[in-house]
Amino acid sequence: MCNCEILIPKLGIITDIRDETPDVKTFSVTAPDGGVVFPHMPGQCAMLSIPGVGEAMFSITSSPTNTAFMEYSIKKAGVLTDWLHRAETGQQITVRGPYGNAFPVEGDLKGKDLLFIAGGIGLAPLRSVINYVRANRKNYGKVDIVYGARSADDLVFRKEIESEWDGIDDVNVHLTIDRAQAGWSGNVGFVPAFVKDLGFTKGRTTLVCGPPIMIKFVLAALDEIGFDETKIYTTMELRMKCGIGKCGRCNIGSKYVCKDGPVFRCDELAALPDEY
Amino acid sequence: MLKLSLSRMEELFSRINGERTLYAPIQIGEQTQFTPWVPDAAVQMNRLSTVKSPKDYFFPHIEDIAAFRVQGKEIEILDVRTEAAPFAVFGVRACDAESLNLLDRIFLDDPIDTFYESKRKSGLIITTACFEPEETCFCGVFGIDALSPGGDIATWIVDDTLYWNALTEKGEALTEAVKDLFEETDDMAVKAAQEKAQTVFDKLPFRDLNLDGLTGEVLMKKFNSPEWANLNPSCLSCGTCTFICPTCHCYDIQDFDTGKGIQRFKCWDSCMCSDFTLMAHGNPRTSQLERFRQRYMHKLIYFPDNNDGAYACVGCGRCVQKCPISMNIVKVIKALGVENDV
Ligand SMILES: Cc1cc2nc3c(=O)[nH]c(=O)nc-3n(C[C@H](O)[C@H](O)[C@H](O)COP(=O)(O)OP(=O)(O)OC[C@H]3O[C@@H](n4cnc5c(N)ncnc54)[C@H](O)[C@@H]3O)c2cc1C
Ligand code: SF4
Ligand code: SF4
Ligand code: FES
Repeated sequence: MCNCEILIPKLGIITDIRDETPDVKTFSVTAPDGGVVFPHMPGQCAMLSIPGVGEAMFSITSSPTNTAFMEYSIKKAGVLTDWLHRAETGQQITVRGPYGNAFPVEGDLKGKDLLFIAGGIGLAPLRSVINYVRANRKNYGKVDIVYGARSADDLVFRKEIESEWDGIDDVNVHLTIDRAQAGWSGNVGFVPAFVKDLGFTKGRTTLVCGPPIMIKFVLAALDEIGFDETKIYTTMELRMKCGIGKCGRCNIGSKYVCKDGPVFRCDELAALPDEY
Repeated sequence: MLKLSLSRMEELFSRINGERTLYAPIQIGEQTQFTPWVPDAAVQMNRLSTVKSPKDYFFPHIEDIAAFRVQGKEIEILDVRTEAAPFAVFGVRACDAESLNLLDRIFLDDPIDTFYESKRKSGLIITTACFEPEETCFCGVFGIDALSPGGDIATWIVDDTLYWNALTEKGEALTEAVKDLFEETDDMAVKAAQEKAQTVFDKLPFRDLNLDGLTGEVLMKKFNSPEWANLNPSCLSCGTCTFICPTCHCYDIQDFDTGKGIQRFKCWDSCMCSDFTLMAHGNPRTSQLERFRQRYMHKLIYFPDNNDGAYACVGCGRCVQKCPISMNIVKVIKALGVENDV
């Protein structure tokens, strides 16, 4: 599981910082002598910290197939994330992990037609899966990605979506924004309605990530179309401190999100109290 | 079994303390607390309940986990862990000894908490049987036998004599080192005292607490029980019940700027506090009802769910004695433990 000394982090260096949206930046991080700080699987997370500022959990958005560096897409939300948004390349940080389970990319997802549904920064954990699937394209069936944000400026990874994903190797991306804006010719509307409009067949294995409220509505929409709960995966986000199921902070019922999650199958989630 | 006259306890404590640091229930003002033994300390041989359990010695209230030196963009990570020095805790009660077995299930589960593990390895538990339980005791409900306590060495105080029995290899080793103080004896006196005390246990007010309704697939049913609304309204969210509980294991991680560097430490935290689960995008438990429910669902349903049915309560009665509004796990069990509540 965790290949680090418990709670004691490793050193990382921020080697690149990219603006994604006005409040999201993507950070490339390597070990001091290059390469990833530790290997991971898509969906897993890591605790990043600037000592004296704070420590927080982030999805590893890069694919395990990228062994040159790790990436984290971070939204400005408080003390640590504000600090990181002001950081420059060359900044050292501490990293511990990888934490949690992963999407079953070598298990139940293999050979399936995949549907990715994301809202806002929720594309970050799915990006790791998407790029893993692209790197092993022949192992998976059709790939559709439905992605929405408040406005065109709030879509993360836009360049990568347009130049590397959409229309390439039988991957199709469907973008939507909440309200019409000048220069936008794509769909306008919320993700759940858009998913229904696109008319996917029920056989899809689906991965959903985004704000809790979006997840709830998407799941309701999928249920309406008749999708099978046991083929829908999502990730949960709860306040975390230890990352290893000991500090007691992140439970939903008897599951610890840091250890038993963050990836849950929807039928597993349905068996847990609605406390997230 | 070995025996020693109580008049020679000072000698025994001094010998153990020469071997390893000794902690014992010592009277300080009105209270009895586990503290380092010193010559002539007022060790309370018969006083049952210490304010806190000896949990601190294994899972300290505050513990450094790492240190950092930060200079410009550079960070140096310093490993501050030290091997725990050998120590012994004398006078641990059966309930508190069992609470460590429950904490083991959390901290020694993969990945192992090496901070805890190191103290568990170097710590030795000397338990003392309870012949005069308090009204608030209900360890028996959880299958704990206060008359035959666990730990590395079990002791019984009958009249003016301490009876001593090593239970583990660690316990045997310490026994070997102090054996010359003791006399060999049989267990007749202990047996007789146990039998006599059993009648006291059989009359304890909470002996019949019924856990039937808290076994099996009842998670959702208990979570959604209307009883929570009746139980919690007066909870002050003070956190007392969590800080005195020998099985509570929630902790926080924080950084402290010492002026020379950054010290990262973990410290006990409480699920009863309102910002425990607060996040950037909201809080899954905004009301005290939800936090109250979390504490007791964890002890009575979630923990057993993950740990072969073992409840995360040892019936020590501390929360029964100390809650300022007299709310406690006994009332929760009474409300939720019955099989057919709706
Ligand atoms: C599994 C997981 C994966 C995640 N992945 C990502 C990701 O890929 N990208 C991403 O951007 N984020 C991600 N997050 C969220 C991220 O962890 C939080 O945004 C981060 O913790 C914010 O840290 P901070 O120090 O900037 O904010 P903090 O300063 O800790 O504050 C965050 C918010 O919490 C509140 N708060 C915290 N402490 C207190 C207090 N003591 N009193 C009052 N209010 C308080 C404030 O309202 C504040 O808005 C993830 C979280 C989890 C659990
Ligand atoms: S819940 Fe109360 S009675 Fe049970 S172990 Fe904790 S403090 Fe003791
Ligand atoms: S149950 Fe009692 S001791 Fe616990 S937080 Fe509420 S008021 Fe405090
Ligand atoms: S973050 Fe500590 S238990 Fe999950």
